[in-house]
Amino acid sequence: MKQSVTVSKTADLKVSSALKILVSRLNIKAPKFNPNTIFKKVVVPILSILLFIGLWHVGARSLYNIEADFKIEKALADQGQAAADSMAACIASGDISCQPNTLPSPAQVWDSFNTLIADHQVISADKLAFKDKTAALNEKRIAEGKDPITYTGRPSFVDQIFTSLKTVFAGFLLAFMIAVPIGIVIGLSQTLRNSFNWLIQVFKPVSPVVWLLLVFMIVKTMTKDSNQDSAFIISFISVGLCAMWATLVNTAMGVSSVDKDYINVAKVLKLKPLQKVFKVILPSSLPLIFTGLRITLSVAWMVLIAIELLAQSPGLGSFVWEEFQNGANDSNSKIIVAMFVIGIIGFLLDRIMLTIQNMVSFNKNAAT
Amino acid sequence: MVIDQIKTKEAHHNGIVYPSDKVMLDLRDLKKVYPTPKGDYVVLEHLNLQILKEEFVTIIGHSGCGKTTMLSMIAGLNPISAGKIAVLGNPIKGPGPDRGVIFQSPSLMPWMTALQNVLLGVNRVFPHASKSQRKDIAKYYLQKVGLEGAFHKKATELSQGMQQRVGIARAFAIKPKVLLLDEPFGMLDSLTRGELQDILIEIWNKEKITAVMITHDVDEAIFLADRVVMMTSGPRAKIGDVLPIDFKRPRTRKSVLEHEDYYKYRKHLIDFLEH
Repeated sequence: MKQSVTVSKTADLKVSSALKILVSRLNIKAPKFNPNTIFKKVVVPILSILLFIGLWHVGARSLYNIEADFKIEKALADQGQAAADSMAACIASGDISCQPNTLPSPAQVWDSFNTLIADHQVISADKLAFKDKTAALNEKRIAEGKDPITYTGRPSFVDQIFTSLKTVFAGFLLAFMIAVPIGIVIGLSQTLRNSFNWLIQVFKPVSPVVWLLLVFMIVKTMTKDSNQDSAFIISFISVGLCAMWATLVNTAMGVSSVDKDYINVAKVLKLKPLQKVFKVILPSSLPLIFTGLRITLSVAWMVLIAIELLAQSPGLGSFVWEEFQNGANDSNSKIIVAMFVIGIIGFLLDRIMLTIQNMVSFNKNAAT
Repeated sequence: MVIDQIKTKEAHHNGIVYPSDKVMLDLRDLKKVYPTPKGDYVVLEHLNLQILKEEFVTIIGHSGCGKTTMLSMIAGLNPISAGKIAVLGNPIKGPGPDRGVIFQSPSLMPWMTALQNVLLGVNRVFPHASKSQRKDIAKYYLQKVGLEGAFHKKATELSQGMQQRVGIARAFAIKPKVLLLDEPFGMLDSLTRGELQDILIEIWNKEKITAVMITHDVDEAIFLADRVVMMTSGPRAKIGDVLPIDFKRPRTRKSVLEHEDYYKYRKHLIDFLEH
């Protein structure tokens, strides 16, 4: 914990105590060296990961062989024995030009991951150099009232991840700002709940693609005059609209189903309406609101990829789509890398939300 | 006994005689009807009960006879179908802090500390007091129920018995005219129940707030009450019998148990319930 801290002693203490709090909040327990728990918590998961990779490798290998045999047979049928032999030799030599195109093996995916990281380093170095080169010029341009020159090169994989995160957070924030207040208001009134119910029930199951088209129709018209890129706006609004329903429904449910005892206490004490909302109703519905927000965030991350893909908005979704269209030799393995990255980030986002949920919740046994 | 002193004077209801200026809580011809698809279900009918100032009344009756319905009607949480309920002659209009309630479950806000729970009511009832004065009031009552060390404990960190102590402190701290207790110790084990009865009666001896308490426990009913009110079984439940308990206050459990009338009272109540 203290390894990374090399500043003065007081700062060291501060940081390490902050870390300790963080660690305790995240429910990371100091490992106890009990062989049984180590086996269960460390050895078994590692074994299962190894098994997964092993099965994947075997599966990828056999798919590769099927594809390779097919290629050789096709060459034999079309061009005769000589062509088939040279195809077999070509495949065996590992030449990129004639490799069968199928599910990549774990090793190939790992190579692609390293390629993507290396590519990112090249691009960031390039960006930095560009920035240095144009710094003086940009200052001059700003002084003259012109727009500065920006780097317009290809974004790296890591840049795409951050773009996606930016979009998902913008969408999540939008969902939060729409769904929580509306949820509270309709939760408080049975009449409003009845009158909004059809709307919620009808729009909740609508597919992300349809939301995207709807938002596209509206935003396209609204941003007609401005020449800025509307893809980001379209995609984050679509993400927000797709994902907000869980929060809306959960908030309304939490607010409307506050324990009757608490309501009775509020009635006996004759709390004023606002006091009742802020001191009794909201705190008691916080756990459900956060459950809703957690679902919203994971839905947002899930639909984001599809929406980016369709909206031509930069990010992981368009990365996957471009790689698929590209059809280069390592495209398939890059897609698998993106798949893992998407999955891991989704998992981390969910963990963060769970931690926040546990922090605000008075009920300490929230579902994991 | 107050009742004996005033028996000779005026007013006459349901066979019991009181002058009106001694009456804190007045239930007249109270009726509660729940409409059902098969017609109206009458829970309470022709229920008359007058409770005096500084009187502790316990109400006993079979489960489902409408005791809790009656109490929540007094609290204003349940609308009255017919008849009236008056506090010091003024008909009640909905719930209010003049009638403090101790619920069967402690009903503390679990996200608040013990002190915050008590302050919730105190802040509402004494809006003109300074912050520290209100805190002092809340702390005083928490001390009274034996929770000096638990001011800043979250409600969820307290045991059921401790939570109910906070409930008692919360109810007394708002200085109500009437205290309504709906089987407050029903969910506790007998040891904790005894402790809490002692705490309740100790505070009550100091504050003398008119109290109406529902209980299932015959011994509890006798130990705490000036009068035990017996309700008939529903539907159409009303007051079946009233038993004045003439033990002197302050009482101790030992003195009550050793008193020669104790088993007479007990037999009376059990005969009524088994009837």
